[in-house]
Amino acid sequence: MAKVTNVLLVGVGGQGTILATRVLAGVLMQEGYDVKMSEVHGMSQRGGSVVTFVRYGDKVNSPLVEKATADLILAFEKLEALRYLPYLKPEGTLVVNDLAILPAPVLLGKAEYPYNALDILGQKVKDLVVVDAAKLAEEKTGNARTQNIVLLGALAKRLGIAPGTWEKAVSENVPPQTVDANLKAFWAGWDRGQV
Amino acid sequence: MKKLLSGDEAIARGAYEYGATFATAYPGTPSTEILENLIPYKEIYAEWSPNEKVALEVALGASLAGARTIVSMKHVGLNVAADPLFTAAYTGVNGGLVVVSADEPSLHSSQNEQDNRNIAPFAKIPMLEPSDSQEAKDLVGEAFRISEEFDTPVLLRITTRIAHAKGLVECHERQEVPLKEYKKDAAKYCMVPANAMKRRVFVEERTRRLAEFGETFPWSRIEWGDKAVGIITSGISYQYAKEVFGDKASYLKLTLTWPLPEKLIREFAAGVEKLYVIEELDPFLETHIKALGIPVVGKDIVPNMYELSADILRQKFFGGAPAPNPVAGVNVPPRPPVLCAGCPHRPVFYILKKLRVPVMGDIGCYGLGLQPPLEAVDTTVCMGASVGMAHGFQKASAWSGLSRKAVGVIGDSTFFHGGMPGLADMVFNKGGGVLVVLDNRTTAMTGHQPHPGTGITAKGEPTEEIKIEDVVRAMGVKDVAIVDSYDLKAVETALRHALEFDGPSVVICRRACALLKGLPNLGKAVINQEKCTQCHACLRTGCPALVSHPDGSVTIDPNACNGCFVCGQVCAFGAIEKAGGGERG
Repeated sequence: MAKVTNVLLVGVGGQGTILATRVLAGVLMQEGYDVKMSEVHGMSQRGGSVVTFVRYGDKVNSPLVEKATADLILAFEKLEALRYLPYLKPEGTLVVNDLAILPAPVLLGKAEYPYNALDILGQKVKDLVVVDAAKLAEEKTGNARTQNIVLLGALAKRLGIAPGTWEKAVSENVPPQTVDANLKAFWAGWDRGQV
Repeated sequence: MKKLLSGDEAIARGAYEYGATFATAYPGTPSTEILENLIPYKEIYAEWSPNEKVALEVALGASLAGARTIVSMKHVGLNVAADPLFTAAYTGVNGGLVVVSADEPSLHSSQNEQDNRNIAPFAKIPMLEPSDSQEAKDLVGEAFRISEEFDTPVLLRITTRIAHAKGLVECHERQEVPLKEYKKDAAKYCMVPANAMKRRVFVEERTRRLAEFGETFPWSRIEWGDKAVGIITSGISYQYAKEVFGDKASYLKLTLTWPLPEKLIREFAAGVEKLYVIEELDPFLETHIKALGIPVVGKDIVPNMYELSADILRQKFFGGAPAPNPVAGVNVPPRPPVLCAGCPHRPVFYILKKLRVPVMGDIGCYGLGLQPPLEAVDTTVCMGASVGMAHGFQKASAWSGLSRKAVGVIGDSTFFHGGMPGLADMVFNKGGGVLVVLDNRTTAMTGHQPHPGTGITAKGEPTEEIKIEDVVRAMGVKDVAIVDSYDLKAVETALRHALEFDGPSVVICRRACALLKGLPNLGKAVINQEKCTQCHACLRTGCPALVSHPDGSVTIDPNACNGCFVCGQVCAFGAIEKAGGGERG
């Protein structure tokens, strides 16, 4: 069967994962791939855990990614990286934001946040890219809200698609007055995403 | 031109391309985006109806006027609309009428899991099931044609994984379809018993003709591959089956899944060695195929609950160990959804918990009031149930000589959807329950759709604003209070009064949803660490803007805080202060 590439974008409701996914999908369409993506709406928008599956290749059937088959995971938050790690294939790449957002049970003292998440990920993932996206976004654009595009930039470098295609998709998908800031954010992430 | 569209978006696009001029819906995940994506088309009238029964009735009227019409709802919404649907099956249509049921396997944001394919034989109407976004769009056109040719409403049944998954869709220009002429025809449209008796015969004959039509309906097709294994499937299950079996099996992909094409099924069954049915939820195809006397294996292997996936099929058909879990043994706390920072429901639940009164809940964001630390909601059943259940609880207690009250909580949109008849019942039957209307000025849960109380239509036009207080007074409720949800004292006083009052009471707790655009800036709350005793009383509000730190201190995330100042009212030490400007509105 023709090769299909599997990508997960995971994070917390309100972090901008959907916008990042839209940019990614736009790029993949431009490249002429068959693309399917899947997300679950609803209550996850109220600060819950959010996951989007993206699959692309010559011909895609299921919109869902199976466990241990993801080529890439882009995690907008550390705990969510741990939660979805079972989807990553052994030689897969994880790009993770060095950010902790405490879930309600932790805030209430009913559970503990795994503050050693990066250590665990370091042990389990062969190809790990840690990005302090908030810091990079502040430094390069003066706006922490562009950190989703910083993260996307770090992921983008792994996909082997021409930078111009990304620039176009970012410009088309963000509010017009934020295009410059988001392009700067994208390149900051791109530079951070080593190959 | 190709676009990346979700199934919902594709259905809206299909309605546009195939000449629909009329659309109705009541919002509900995963169906909401269908009408949302129809609203921008100037060629199509679109409305949010107060509930699904009304939505379908309005749609049926539009169809009789000759318009190609689409009405959409979630699976449980079709229960509400079942009454008009079952008789619309008898009256038939004039302009094509498509009824979309968006089912939710795995109940991601629903109160139950139900397989609405069962509705098609029950209501005796044809059903189409798309298996991706492209088909979702194309089948709207097929559904309109079938509806008009066979004089029937058509059920277009999708699931969450069709509704919310995106795929590439080839888009075309719109075909204008003029309204069909309307002819008065009481024998067809007045389903009094004598007429309905005759239409009953028509319905059976129509099903027979549709079954014949289904035999050569090109969207149902055989894909021959390896003939050792034959798979009959439909909808999203087709994609999972293809993913797992590839060309190592033959497929009968059914698209018109009611009535079923018997000859096509027999032809396929005869051509393969071992026959399986792969379908999500109920053994719908399996049962009907077995009834034809064709041996087939289905639910012996494929689970009958929750969403299906290629993962599950692989495991069930081929066994083997599941993929090793790299984080087995690692502490991964759950991240449940919460009431937003500044949510006006939070203070009301905070007081309800304090009053230790049974709270009959309803369907909406306020379902989240069941979670810690608020834990204020006792029940969640269906839209409108809060009122009837609060009435029943109080009435049964009173009947046995107990003066016990229950509080029903219902949102503003839900009040118009299913709450009004319950309240009429409470007044009519001399009940003494308390109804709290959590009026946040919108349908918040599904993404801020307007409703009859908002003074604005789906198309954004100003309209009459139906005032909930006027409605409840007109229904005969004498004890009505309106309070600001953010004012803890006012909420508590009003609720205590209502619980004492002899007779039905309504307390309207009013404050716009904190996520609505254009709200006044209320500033931020900050914690004065010198005054803070770390008693953690503020954390009992469950506001996600409050952050507790390992050293016991608490701070407020300024990016999350919406300035409701409920935490400040809870703090006994005056340690929570207003920061910066902002108005107390």
